Amino acid sequence: MTTEGTVILDGTGVKRALTRIAHEILEKNKGVKGLVLVGIRTGGVHLAHELAARLSEIEGEKVPVGAVDITLYRDDIKGHAEHLPVGKTEIPFTLEGQNVVLVDDVLYTGRTIRAAMDALMDHGRPTSIQLAVLVDRGHRELPIRADFVGRNVPTSRTENIQVMFDAANKPTDVVLQK
Amino acid sequence: MGFKHKDIIALRDLTKEDIELLISTAESMREINSRDIKKVPTLRGKTIINLFYEASTRTRTSFEIAAKRLSADTVNISPSTSSATKGETLADTALNLLAMKPDIIVMRHAVSGSHYFLSQKVPCSIINAGDGAHEHPSQGLLDMLTIKDKFGRLDGLKVAIVGDITHSRVARSDIQGLTKMGSHVFLAGPPTMVPPGAERLGNVTVCPTMREAIQDADVVIMLRIQQERQGKTLMPNAREYSRYFGLNPENLKLAKPDAMVMHPGPINRGVEMSSYVVDGPQSHILKQVENGVAVRMAMLYHVCGGELAE
Repeated sequence: MTTEGTVILDGTGVKRALTRIAHEILEKNKGVKGLVLVGIRTGGVHLAHELAARLSEIEGEKVPVGAVDITLYRDDIKGHAEHLPVGKTEIPFTLEGQNVVLVDDVLYTGRTIRAAMDALMDHGRPTSIQLAVLVDRGHRELPIRADFVGRNVPTSRTENIQVMFDAANKPTDVVLQK
Repeated sequence: MGFKHKDIIALRDLTKEDIELLISTAESMREINSRDIKKVPTLRGKTIINLFYEASTRTRTSFEIAAKRLSADTVNISPSTSSATKGETLADTALNLLAMKPDIIVMRHAVSGSHYFLSQKVPCSIINAGDGAHEHPSQGLLDMLTIKDKFGRLDGLKVAIVGDITHSRVARSDIQGLTKMGSHVFLAGPPTMVPPGAERLGNVTVCPTMREAIQDADVVIMLRIQQERQGKTLMPNAREYSRYFGLNPENLKLAKPDAMVMHPGPINRGVEMSSYVVDGPQSHILKQVENGVAVRMAMLYHVCGGELAE
């Protein structure tokens, strides 16, 4: 994809934001005990791995990372001219009694998060679900808010926000497209 | 990449990309079947009618489970309980069912091509669960998924299909699908059970003996002798058939050491396959059944989107 548009968060900025979010997660949960990360496909999964690396660096303990695909839980299947391919959900650990941090790249209407929470509930009953996003661009349509935000960006609905990743799935920068 | 078909009637009508999409969706669907809560809300509020004019346990159950795991509502209609026994035509039955607003009709019918006829009559999606000696697309797809699970690919594989090719809709779907995906198919069976001109179906070789077909094969698909169709008149007796076209531990050694053995079921033990092979380590028969649910979930999911997108 071409990256025409304004860079609102460069590589260093993204790294700083993720490091801060990692510290905030640890502060809120008092460590990594009973903590698991679940990323929303596909951007959220890459970010979840980034966060997990930082968490284990700080605490010296590994944090499990899962992936959830929300295609089957969408509320707008009939609206898509092309039917979306279904990705794999991979949660190779129990969610029962865990504190789950759901990770996504951009928080917009909140419908993706609603779908992801439904998907998580089908896997078990977590003690809590928290939400970490790199960018919150507003325009919520559901009563959902993020616990950890990298950057708040006021946008109009006609704009598009894209988190770019390199070939190794490391986040490079965040771009605002008109 | 999207699925643009309202119906799935034959693998012949699908492109390689369509088949790849269905198989990759099925791979994702499989995860749902291993959960404690085996249900997702995707097709909530959709109604699916299973209209089975021919006997079926595996396929009908598999379609029903697939629909239920996607939260659709299912209704089963079988010949003994339907008005077909009172002389109602297929078109009338379909129009009456249509008045009840189903979203998908999954049908099995003894007449080849009856699904094409039906799809012109009704606007809802039609999925073929087997029509006469034409095609059985869900079986073809689940066979391909099972093969891909083991080898990670389909292209370049040698696949032997042995048995009553002429009357087998499974064979036709397997041939259509596998050749599109780049496999080389070898057929063998009694001359009365191999259709003339089978080579014209694509990358297909007809072998005079079973030994040649399974020599160095990666996959051996055995077909059921269809005793309820013309099977009886086309061969002298089951024992002679078994001697020339039955798979046993001895002739299975001709295939590659890690070759997989498949069968669409139900099996006539001791006729097309010896029990040693059916229950042996190379048998993937139950794996096929397991994959069947995931493949049918993928089919239901994609036709539902295709229809509604118009």
